[in-house]
Amino acid sequence: MYRYDSYDQKIVDERVAQFRDQTRRYLAGELTDDEFRPLRLQNGLYIQRHAPMLRVAVPYGLLSTRQVRKLAHIARSYDKGYTHITTRQNFQFNWPSLEAVPEILAELASVEMHAIQTSGACIRNITSDPFAGVAGDEYIDPRPWCEVLRQWSTFHPEFAFLPRKFKIAVNGARQDRAVIQCHDIGLELKRNEAGEIGFRVLVGGGMGRTPIIGEEISDFVPWQHIITYNEAILRVYNRHGRRDNLYKARIKILVKALGIAEFKRQVEAEWAFTRGGPSTLTEAEVTRVGAHFTTPAYASLPSEDAGYAQQRAANAAFAAWTKRNVLAHKVPGYAIVVVSLKDPKRAPGDVTDSQLERVADLADAYSFGEIRATHEQNLVLADVKQSDLFAVWEQLRSANLATPTFGLLTDIICCPGGDFCSLANAKSIPIANAIQARFEDLDYLYDIGDIELNISGCMNSCGHHHVGHIGILGVDKNGEEWYQVSLGGSQGNQTSIGKVIGRSFAAHEMPDVISKIITVYQAERQEGERFIETVRRTGLDPFKLGVYGEAAVKERKQNA
Amino acid sequence: MPKLIKNGQLVDDNAQVLILDETQAPEELSLPEGPVFVPFAVWQAHKGQLSGRPGLGVWLDSHEDVAELAEDLGEISGVALNFPKFTDGRSYSAAALLRTRYGFKGEIRAIGDVLRDQFFFMQRCGFDTIQPKAGKYSDAQLEAALASLQDFSTPYQAAVDQPAPLFRRAQRAA
Repeated sequence: MYRYDSYDQKIVDERVAQFRDQTRRYLAGELTDDEFRPLRLQNGLYIQRHAPMLRVAVPYGLLSTRQVRKLAHIARSYDKGYTHITTRQNFQFNWPSLEAVPEILAELASVEMHAIQTSGACIRNITSDPFAGVAGDEYIDPRPWCEVLRQWSTFHPEFAFLPRKFKIAVNGARQDRAVIQCHDIGLELKRNEAGEIGFRVLVGGGMGRTPIIGEEISDFVPWQHIITYNEAILRVYNRHGRRDNLYKARIKILVKALGIAEFKRQVEAEWAFTRGGPSTLTEAEVTRVGAHFTTPAYASLPSEDAGYAQQRAANAAFAAWTKRNVLAHKVPGYAIVVVSLKDPKRAPGDVTDSQLERVADLADAYSFGEIRATHEQNLVLADVKQSDLFAVWEQLRSANLATPTFGLLTDIICCPGGDFCSLANAKSIPIANAIQARFEDLDYLYDIGDIELNISGCMNSCGHHHVGHIGILGVDKNGEEWYQVSLGGSQGNQTSIGKVIGRSFAAHEMPDVISKIITVYQAERQEGERFIETVRRTGLDPFKLGVYGEAAVKERKQNA
Repeated sequence: MPKLIKNGQLVDDNAQVLILDETQAPEELSLPEGPVFVPFAVWQAHKGQLSGRPGLGVWLDSHEDVAELAEDLGEISGVALNFPKFTDGRSYSAAALLRTRYGFKGEIRAIGDVLRDQFFFMQRCGFDTIQPKAGKYSDAQLEAALASLQDFSTPYQAAVDQPAPLFRRAQRAA
């Protein structure tokens, strides 16, 4: 993985000093709340319901064990012994004190980490495929490109005060695992007919209040030009994006208002001036950064380990875990392990200090000392030998990290919601836990099969409810918490935005609602059909009928 | 005399920024003596008369397009770019365009809600003159704020102050 040189280190060290001084001036009354707010947000620091929340950047989700141990130490020393993985592959601490934040940042800097641009109206942490470098369907490893873009976007002086936040995601495989269609800029690495590397560029996607799927602005930007091309997009957005209305300030609104053709014309007119200029990437720089993402020293192994097959045959619980949480690796004899953070007794994505240390120990022993965080709020050990899987499973299980539900109904993506977040309209964690409690029977979950259930506590959509096969959105009705359900959303290559099925529900109704939806699916599904495929085929009507009943559906239709 | 930051130094400054109130039309011109920045609308109304006047600058609000001033840049000594709120980042792009696209060599001054924690970004985008609102900082505070110009010693990306990105400036070991 990427290691800092003296330049990288100096920038994060100088950031610590800068923020220490900003915090001092704020506490001394020299900075007003309004003046301090964007400064702290650009350092990932929110003022939440109970305490400040600090969001730490995990560039494209990649962590060393040294970094993970440091995060465990921070959780233990400055927080309540746990942390939370976000839907943009970052880590959040929910209980630090404001005064301690400069010290936490200094701790992070000591392991080449920071909280730069994890919030605020600037270019945010760049996210990517959690299986980068190990997935069989990968065309081009996205990590070096993510790192190049991370450096370019860090403290970009022209784009520190954009109309609104700006999120970039990069994917380099046949299957999109980085939700690139729902980002302000989505980059898909590809080769042209001559075999040269470049990017298909999508722009104006996003979730939030107005979910929109990104449109293609260019089908191929050669890699040398990706910085100047991004800068051209950002400059058009910075100058012309709306600033009069927070809800209409994302780039997607500008792209829709102008139309993609006119937006592209403006971007390319801008690009004409900078294309080929000093910010054009060099082979040397790409080689330098790429050299950090070396192939680990894989052993030469048979594609099927005999002992692994025996262990699966002998132990049903292990077999169940491997069926869900172990994924194919591009190298024979190796596997990708999803470390589940969906223990029904905890908030989805939460992980304790000792669990982090356990995962770090396992990564050191079995996975080349690297760990990834996923936008689906799990961790990944990307390079485990099949012959080590049983040992890894036993240790994960004893730390409650082996819930064998990856990709199932209870592998819920969930924002922190009203329990923590001051933006939320409603709580989301108790809804997730109630659904997990309802569907605890593994055989039943396996029978339901692949399905994605995402929960957001407000329209900001941190829980990605728009792209959940089942999406749940917390809404406020006269000061009460209600939940709106949508179906048919999807991430990946066939990204779609879910459609609301009807009136919203009280919290206590939610497990029943999900049960009814699942019952309809089981009745309607054809042989081998996944939940999302059934929804696409049948449309929402049978589900509405199953959830609201015939009388209610009829009445709605008459009133419509 | 009020102080501001010019080329990284604290200096005395007597330029005035002419702001029309609601009752004044751009056509009714009464310029004060000495260096002055006039609103873009005043410049447009009196271009012929004002061209080449010593110490004459034009100020643009953040929604006004620098491209519309591009042809006139040879006639004026400075451009001031307003930050109605410090979170309105349009003037960073405007300054960068003035320097890189239109080759403006005169003074580019940041005015309005100009705070020390943005000095570094302003300087990088081509502002040579930084003028916080009158009374926002004492002379001593402004002196202390000069340190913010040095927040980061070696930035990654190219900008007006440093037209080469780090990967072209430095030999970085893999």
